[in-house]
Amino acid sequence: MAEKITAFESRTVLLPVDNVDTDQIIPARFLKTISKEGLGDQLFYDWRYEADGTPKPDFVLNTEAAKGCAVLVAGDNFGCGSSREHAPWALTQFGFKAVISTSFADIFRNNSLKNGLLPVVVPKEVHEKLLATPSTVKVDLEKQTLTLEDGTAVEFPIDAFSRMCLLEGIDELGFILKHEDRIAAYEAQREITLDTRALA
Amino acid sequence: MTQPRTIIQKLWDAHVVAEPEGAPALLFIDLHLVHEVTSPQAFAGLRARGLKVRRPDLTLGTCDHSTPTTPRSLPIIDPIARAQVEQFERNCAEFGIPHFGFQSERQGIVHVIGPENGVTQPGMTVVCGDSHTATHGAFGALAFGIGTSEVEMVLATQCLPQRKSKSFAVRVEGALKPGVTAKDIILALIARIGVGGGTGCVFEYTGSTIRGLTMEERMTVCNMSIEGGARAGLVAPDDVTYEFLSGKPLAPNGADWDRALARWRQLPTDEGAAYDREISIDATALEPMITFGTNPGQGVGISQPIPDPSSVTDSVERDTLRKALQYMGLEPGKPLLGHPVNVVFIGSCTNSRMSDLRAAAEVLKGRKVSEGVRVMVVPGSQPIKKQAEAEGLHEIFQAAGAEWREAGCSMCIAMNGDQLKPGEYSVSTSNRNFEGRQGKGGRTFLASPLTAAASAITGRVTDVRTVLG
Repeated sequence: MAEKITAFESRTVLLPVDNVDTDQIIPARFLKTISKEGLGDQLFYDWRYEADGTPKPDFVLNTEAAKGCAVLVAGDNFGCGSSREHAPWALTQFGFKAVISTSFADIFRNNSLKNGLLPVVVPKEVHEKLLATPSTVKVDLEKQTLTLEDGTAVEFPIDAFSRMCLLEGIDELGFILKHEDRIAAYEAQREITLDTRALA
Repeated sequence: MTQPRTIIQKLWDAHVVAEPEGAPALLFIDLHLVHEVTSPQAFAGLRARGLKVRRPDLTLGTCDHSTPTTPRSLPIIDPIARAQVEQFERNCAEFGIPHFGFQSERQGIVHVIGPENGVTQPGMTVVCGDSHTATHGAFGALAFGIGTSEVEMVLATQCLPQRKSKSFAVRVEGALKPGVTAKDIILALIARIGVGGGTGCVFEYTGSTIRGLTMEERMTVCNMSIEGGARAGLVAPDDVTYEFLSGKPLAPNGADWDRALARWRQLPTDEGAAYDREISIDATALEPMITFGTNPGQGVGISQPIPDPSSVTDSVERDTLRKALQYMGLEPGKPLLGHPVNVVFIGSCTNSRMSDLRAAAEVLKGRKVSEGVRVMVVPGSQPIKKQAEAEGLHEIFQAAGAEWREAGCSMCIAMNGDQLKPGEYSVSTSNRNFEGRQGKGGRTFLASPLTAAASAITGRVTDVRTVLG
């Protein structure tokens, strides 16, 4: 079950790169795990560490300023590529609660919303301002606003259902299970004849 | 009069289970494909909640991602991969899910085994914890990748809360020139719209070129929809589809087939239906495509120069391109032709089917792989491997100096030990050229099986049209 999100304030970490793909967020070789845990240390692994495993001092997540930051600001189309939910798991385990960009890849956005990681879409001019220099921002999910350091508040889009789930820690699977009668009714009228068990 | 509908709309309408107030619609899922990498945490979730798999009869598992492509008589050497494959087999057994385990004669890449067994059918909703699930859209199915939380939801309820995507018509018209393939169509589309170009959309591939493609070629096109940002991409079913399906192990038969066929014939987009977005591609103008960068949208016609970052106005976009070229070790302004290659990979859910292997074999027949180049040919499934061997293709590959391996995702995702060394260049028939995708520090040029095979012979990025003669 996802952790509840309401409002929080944080310094931003800047990653001014477009199309950051999930292979960068967490390389595929770390997906051999059967657990959800321990992924925070592997976040952005190949950008973050030298071949011998020592941290690259110039990579933003390794800087002193990034410690304790909960908001990542990245380039357009963040989270493109694979469907791995390990990407939001790694981001939240590192400590991020929100990623700000002009756009997010569909699957990544869905996965994030199910894991208490808020994908915040902002207009280009706000994005440019945020990427100019690290700053302190306030994210308020209740009000759906992002408040910049200069006090400007911008509204960000999020569908009502995801917002409610995040605010109240509602679990989507539990929500679907409440529709058992409708699922059974749908199943009763299906015409497709398939039984994969015939292959076993 | 009813409003004309696209196939995308029809598929949606036919699968709505409920439309709860203030929540997304619940869609019924007709087929759920499962593999070892994105499912373990979902099964753990079911156990924690004491839930069963609702419809094991609509679920099918296979191991592919972390599965070695070394001879099956050998154990899985990597203990973490072995534990994952074993856990997968235990999970499927415990929850009653039919599956093709590591030693199964039907094991293969998840997007290959569905169509191969007639499990993927027109009019279905198909999901899998894998972004290349759109492959199944080639059959006129609404097929899309999902995350592990959603895998758990589908296992437990056979439903998913979904928001409707926009419809995006991709019209491809005209005859492909020799040496130009389905792979080049999709790489050209992505180069045009960019990797985020289809975000929020479902592609419907239409037009005379698409109609003229075989099912395997349509699968190649649909497979890479996600690389254009679209979760799903599909082709309306037609006689090519029905002919392919007929006689497949789980395709309907007898009276069921007739009823299914009548249903399937209702699926194509109605005359006059409107799309949210449209794009047209002139197939006659295409040449073989190759990527130069670190995302699948960074591709050009093989004779075209690599773009110059200094001509890009947006600063983040310019830096992103510069970073890509730096990682790739490439200079702008020149074509990639002639660039040395260390490895050629022929395989993946994009290009590992019989027609792909035959195309590569046609080029490699009677020729030798360039000295020092490692060439891996990885069939998409065990039945494909068997069929290729029956046709003698493995002998052509081996005589040329290529490796003929067992089925799996292999060097497309480099989780199973098949990988590039840092700095190495590959020409790869897979779908992603992200940094490190084929092994940490490895550098990938995406291309068709024809281009890959031609480059294997010369050891350099090669225009297959100069080899075909």
